[in-house]
Amino acid sequence: MTERRFADGALVRVRDLPVKGHMRTPSYVRGRQGRIEGCQGSFPNPEERAYGSDGLPARSLYHVRFRQRDLWPAYAGLAADSLSLDLFEHWLEPAHGT
Amino acid sequence: MAHDHDHPHPTRADHRSHAWERREAAIRSLLIEKGLLTADAIRAKIEEWEQKTPALGARIVARAWSDPAFEARLLADANAAAAELGIEARGVKIVALKNTPRLHHLVVCTLCSCYPRALLGLPPAWYKAPAYRSRAVSEPRAVLAEFGTRLPPETEVKVVDSTADCRYLVLPLRPAGTEGWSEDRLAAIVGRDAMIGVALAQATRA
Amino acid sequence: MHDLGGLPAGPVEKDEHDPSLAERRVDALMSLLMSPGVAAFNVDEMRRTIESLPREVYERHDYYERWLLTIESLLVEKGLLTRAEIEARIAALEADAHD
Repeated sequence: MTERRFADGALVRVRDLPVKGHMRTPSYVRGRQGRIEGCQGSFPNPEERAYGSDGLPARSLYHVRFRQRDLWPAYAGLAADSLSLDLFEHWLEPAHGT
Repeated sequence: MAHDHDHPHPTRADHRSHAWERREAAIRSLLIEKGLLTADAIRAKIEEWEQKTPALGARIVARAWSDPAFEARLLADANAAAAELGIEARGVKIVALKNTPRLHHLVVCTLCSCYPRALLGLPPAWYKAPAYRSRAVSEPRAVLAEFGTRLPPETEVKVVDSTADCRYLVLPLRPAGTEGWSEDRLAAIVGRDAMIGVALAQATRA
Repeated sequence: MHDLGGLPAGPVEKDEHDPSLAERRVDALMSLLMSPGVAAFNVDEMRRTIESLPREVYERHDYYERWLLTIESLLVEKGLLTRAEIEARIAALEADAHD
């Protein structure tokens, strides 16, 4: 098991890294702030595996929850509506706020 | 089965489809010849997928509705809970998402077509098509309405985008009026769409 | 052509067509080629390849056609098949069909 950098409940921002090839971080969450809901375990890095390496060491994969209103300015729905997805640790940085 | 339209004359689409089937046959025969695959393994894999249907997921949901201890185990480790019922779901981690009167889950894969195949079989074509993948994340309530699904106004919607190494199965809300039903009877009202989250399980279906 | 979340799109067409035998075969080939026993390529290589299909190719082909193009491209990349042998086999199958 890889050691986790982020605890459940931690506020994180998705890094807006340049797109260099295959990755599993959708553009709509890049640069957005969300909260760690849990950790799914550690998995080989798909960005490296996509080019033939084993993707090791495995990276922590977090389930991160966003408020829909933080993702879509014109979101039509409840303020409580949310969206969550799995993001690898190297895509996340600590964030501060509410 | 989908409707088959009669094509009395070969169309351009038919030619294209024949060319494509020939390409598949060519690659398949070369792979067999080179010893990478066997015809038996391919046949067995096709049969394996044919046996994977939403009925598997429905059995799991029906058990969870009937047995709170099983539901707790399902939410903690869906692969192990499936194995308890003799349903093989190895390889990919599956996570069950519990709907409540206050919270409704909707599953999508915006980047490709990840789907809990071990429990639901092959995904429907619309799940893999751009419209659903684009809109389920940004306007889930409009997408639900297109499926004829209306939620109570106070119910919160949570969209789950399967981006990486986990697949998601929605544990629908057990409909009122199903008290005392057997697991078989309950399983019969759990449709594929309810386990994706675009529909609700409804007592009227059985 | 793959990172679609939030892009404008029309209504969901509730296409429920069951996969044809040829489509099921492509599905089976994909599963088997990525299975631990065969491991011709992995799922991330598959995704990288499908994502790099040129836009016009992506739009001209349906889902399982894109999968077949992806299989073919990866088998060639990995040196397991050559384009020439695939084209030759297609030609041979066509000749058989017209006999």
